[in-house]
Amino acid sequence: MSSRSEIKIDARLEQAKSLVKALENGDGGLAEGLINELAEMSQNEMFQEVGKITRRLHDSMNQFGLDARISELADKDIPDAKERLNYVITMTDQAAHATLTAVEELLPVAEGLNDRSNKLLEQWGRFQQREMPYEEFRNVSKEIAGFFEYSASTSEIISKKLTEILMAQGYQDITGQIIRRVIQLVQDVETNMVELIRLSGGMNEGDQKKQNEPELAGPVVPTLATGDSVQSQDDVDDLLSSLGF
Amino acid sequence: MKILVVDDFSTMRRIIKNLLRELGFNNIDEADDGQTALPKLQAGGIDFLVTDWNMPGMTGIDLLKAVRADPALANLPVLLVTAEAKREQIVEAAQAGVNGYVIKPFTAQTLAEKIEKIFERVDG
Repeated sequence: MSSRSEIKIDARLEQAKSLVKALENGDGGLAEGLINELAEMSQNEMFQEVGKITRRLHDSMNQFGLDARISELADKDIPDAKERLNYVITMTDQAAHATLTAVEELLPVAEGLNDRSNKLLEQWGRFQQREMPYEEFRNVSKEIAGFFEYSASTSEIISKKLTEILMAQGYQDITGQIIRRVIQLVQDVETNMVELIRLSGGMNEGDQKKQNEPELAGPVVPTLATGDSVQSQDDVDDLLSSLGF
Repeated sequence: MKILVVDDFSTMRRIIKNLLRELGFNNIDEADDGQTALPKLQAGGIDFLVTDWNMPGMTGIDLLKAVRADPALANLPVLLVTAEAKREQIVEAAQAGVNGYVIKPFTAQTLAEKIEKIFERVDG
């Protein structure tokens, strides 16, 4: 590096001397050409530097598997997550409708049961007060027998509908599992973004990346927060804005 | 007949408990993963294990393997009720000695059938 920069300095010195000579001799054309050459030289150096930085970033990304991971996230994982979340909407929708349907079917059943038992209760009261003619009692006694059958079949309907409501709640487990996975993905995206920003900021390229933290690290729990991971979206936003994003 | 229901989602535990009650099983204990389930099983008195697969701490498959490896529990009937639907996983569970495998979401009838089958085989 030092010998290279010595060569550069020598070359510039030569050109500078020629420039002075050209100016002293009043050769404006030659002087202008030399000035342009000098400018070009430093421009080329700048482009070379930009090129080097770009290559270094690219290499670092490859080295940390970032390039591949980010492509994978964009191509597969994020579309997958959208699918998963859409499925969550579908499942919660189905569960809510199944529950509402069962409730709508149960309400009139409960109402009917209530009406019939109230009517019988009134008749039974009159019978106990001995206010009921025998003929009416015979009818009421038939009604009571019918009511027993009705109440047996009604409770069957009620328990069937209640089981439907019970089963519909299974969505909470399934959607919970799906959402957990999406939360993991969001965390993965955060980590990769932070790593990318760190690399493009040219900070501590040689740092040991913590390889393979547990696959299922799961969502960051504030009380278990460690210093080396971002804790919230705010942290990511702050980091991004501090880097000019 | 005492049954242990293991799932990390309390809603699913309640669903399974209620279905078991409808089937006439009233003596039911619960655990939220393999780690809490295993000591309960080892303490004895449990006749049937219903467990989820994907749980933090100790998974259902590891719980199943631990049960089969324990001479006192080796013959305990185990039913997996899980959203894990990959072929290789079902094969793994079978090789580990599961007695039944129910995929979530499931119906009340499916659960009843699988439980019935398990007890037919165990009794016969």
